[in-house]
Amino acid sequence: MRPPVILKTTSFFDSSYSSPSDRRLSTLANHFVCAHNPMASHDSISASPTAAFDSVFAQIVRAPEDPILGVTVAYNKDPSPVKLNLGVGAYRTEEGKPLVLNVVRRVEQQLVNDVSRNKEYIPITGLADFNKLSAKLIFGSDSPAVQENRVTTVQGLSGTGSLRVGGEFLAKHYHQRTIYLPTPTWGNHPKVFTLAGLSVKAYRYYAPSTRGLDFEGLLEDLSSAPSGSIVLLHACAHNPTGVDPTLEQWEQIRQLIRSKALLPFFDSAYQGFASGSLDADAQPVRLFVADGGELLVAQSYAKNMGLYGERVGALSIVCKSSDVASRVESQLKLVIRPMYSSPPIHGASIVAAILKDGNLYNEWTIELKAMADRIISMRQQLFDALVARGTPGDWSHIIRQIGMFTFTGLNSEQVSFMTNEYHIYMTSDGRISMAGLSSKTVPHLADAIHAAVTRVV
Amino acid sequence: MATLAARFLRRSSVAGVRSMSTWFRTIDPAPKDPILGVTEAFLADQSPNKVNVGVGAYRDDSGKPVVLECVREAERRIAGSEFMEYLPIGGSIKMVEESLKLAYGDNSEFIKDKRIAAVQALSGTGACRLFAAFQQRFHPNAQIYIPIPTWANHHNIWRDAGVPIKTFRYYYPESRGLDFAGLMEDIKNAPDGSFFLLHACAHNPTGVDPSEQQWREISSQIKAKGHFPFFDMAYQGFASGDPERDAKAIRIFLEDGHLIGLAQSYAKNMGLYGQRTGCLSLLCENEKQAVAVKSQLQLIARPMYSNPPLHGALVVSTVLGDPELKKLWLKEVKVMADRIIGMRTTLRENLEKRGSPLPWQHITNQIGMFCYSGLTPDQVDRMTNEFHIYMTRNGRISMAGLNTGNVGYVADAIHEVTKSF
Repeated sequence: MRPPVILKTTSFFDSSYSSPSDRRLSTLANHFVCAHNPMASHDSISASPTAAFDSVFAQIVRAPEDPILGVTVAYNKDPSPVKLNLGVGAYRTEEGKPLVLNVVRRVEQQLVNDVSRNKEYIPITGLADFNKLSAKLIFGSDSPAVQENRVTTVQGLSGTGSLRVGGEFLAKHYHQRTIYLPTPTWGNHPKVFTLAGLSVKAYRYYAPSTRGLDFEGLLEDLSSAPSGSIVLLHACAHNPTGVDPTLEQWEQIRQLIRSKALLPFFDSAYQGFASGSLDADAQPVRLFVADGGELLVAQSYAKNMGLYGERVGALSIVCKSSDVASRVESQLKLVIRPMYSSPPIHGASIVAAILKDGNLYNEWTIELKAMADRIISMRQQLFDALVARGTPGDWSHIIRQIGMFTFTGLNSEQVSFMTNEYHIYMTSDGRISMAGLSSKTVPHLADAIHAAVTRVV
Repeated sequence: MATLAARFLRRSSVAGVRSMSTWFRTIDPAPKDPILGVTEAFLADQSPNKVNVGVGAYRDDSGKPVVLECVREAERRIAGSEFMEYLPIGGSIKMVEESLKLAYGDNSEFIKDKRIAAVQALSGTGACRLFAAFQQRFHPNAQIYIPIPTWANHHNIWRDAGVPIKTFRYYYPESRGLDFAGLMEDIKNAPDGSFFLLHACAHNPTGVDPSEQQWREISSQIKAKGHFPFFDMAYQGFASGDPERDAKAIRIFLEDGHLIGLAQSYAKNMGLYGQRTGCLSLLCENEKQAVAVKSQLQLIARPMYSNPPLHGALVVSTVLGDPELKKLWLKEVKVMADRIIGMRTTLRENLEKRGSPLPWQHITNQIGMFCYSGLTPDQVDRMTNEFHIYMTRNGRISMAGLNTGNVGYVADAIHEVTKSF
């Protein structure tokens, strides 16, 4: 007698069947519940029209929209002519348009016209000259770490991808599995590191009462972190608050981190964008490198070169010796290969071309400063507009904070109000992207903030 | 500000060094990637006779990499005209649409009914990794059955995603062909509802594909066991020269009612290797499910790279979306496939002409970029050390690395290392 064939009538991806015994029970139950036509036995194969094609995805629920990128999705759906997108941190011109830098356009054209170029796989670690130039950019061309060959740099998928590769490397090879993130931090940080295999803890950072840095809380929390813990630091233009430590504060942070042998992991997404100066924005990182210690840094060219969608970034790990750096690099490759094999060539080629040519580099710094200056000017205009309206509260944080974002201090009810009544799109934590503002739209935003603060508490 | 910083820097260099210790001292050097390491070694070789039949990247008859004309034209149109904003997490909608048409058929009912959850991925590797992570998240007891042998990186992908790997028989060394009986037995013996990785066409590394009839039987047996079929299709168009024909296995499964998963790559068939452009798709029961599944795939992509790269997606959607460019692409992909098929014939003829005692018909029976020569690791080492011919140690030869200029030399070398076998 042919043994009964076991039917699988439930979804592969039913998360309620979390234990092996559950699955065995359900499989057993299927013997007694013949919901479908009997399937072929082991001896012959016969196709049945009602074959057991319950989807393996039947139980999957719809995931929520990404809180940051979802803002743009909602904005796009809104038909209002006065709608304003202050959600995702992508630069906009005075005319509210995206911007491709002139240097980038020129290099793009050069690349297209150069028929000697091909599209072969680049190495797992990315373009070699891109990597060297990126290291020079963040560490400085006279950096001893670079000159002593103690740095390994790999091309990554913008900031996100570089953080993820760094996180996975640490989860595999570092003796401490905990990373401390500032409160608040970029919404994607916790997931990046959790999925990389690390566990996430928090350290105090933002003080709502002052809309500035909670320096005492920060020092306290890092002091009580177990020795060797990883600490994520925003190199400049903290996202979402725009609140950065002063250089003196950075020095204290450095001393504390080194004394507790904590491992610093810098996220540098705004070099040049914060103050307008590439070197000034890199000071915190260089401070740490100068003491001879080890660290990681993830760089992104999304904002400062406007290469958002091309996904260009780099992960650098500063090691004690060049031998260690080379071994670390070999292990980084093993993380990258099963993730995407090798990084995309296009964006990195553009960056390398700009960084290695003196004229293009200079032009880039000028265009970069213009973007940073426009944002600084928007801060001033918004502040002035709120003061002019007599909006209750102290709004000086708008001009004290730095970089792409302002942490307004508005609560989520006020944010919803501004979206519903004034068609202002921003993340519910009260963060606005200054890059999305223009002289023309500042009054509308000021009106909205004023209304929210006076009518919604 | 500058002098303040300088003072801090001077002081800190002294203070910091004392409390330092390296965390990475105990890290072992990783082994070189077996495939990409071959090219590195090739590049370092100074011999004028050197031949690279290692990595699977197409070369023309002069041994040069090729950028397709349709791609050049697409890039001319793109340059200067597009913003570089972030794509959605799921990538370019247009590129995904065109990819689904290519794989599922222009008039596929599944596309019309919006039943396919699909996202742009980082070429084939990225598509496989997303699926593996998705499996791990939504079915923690999942495993993946992969063929013996398979592309080496498949092991790494599922391992790093935390999905246990099992194997099924595939290649039959004695015939240098398919172990069909073994394959069918392994499908039967796997627990119901297992996950199977299948190469849609041009199996890597063996070049051995099931026949159409064999695919039908495989489909039926997989159906009988309620297994989940996941296809890796890295060579559509590249194998036979005809993308429709190369998608035959997938179409058979779809007709049979399977809800498949599929990883597509444009690395080879559009020559976009370094652009990292591909697509992951999962056929669902209905539109609602497809929306849910796509949203979950996005939750996996966001903490990995946020959103996929723009340039390659623009190239693919420009080429496939323009009837003239698409026609040109179809011609160019056939040229590549034909040259490879021609090299297979020439290599086989050369070996048989030299009076080799071994059978070589597998060279022309196999299909796609690679030929599983049957050379042993020792023989491969001789090929490299004595003849400066670079290939992976499993005996896999990338046919694209052969051309009229070197095929005789390679045949001589193979004959030399195998004649006393």
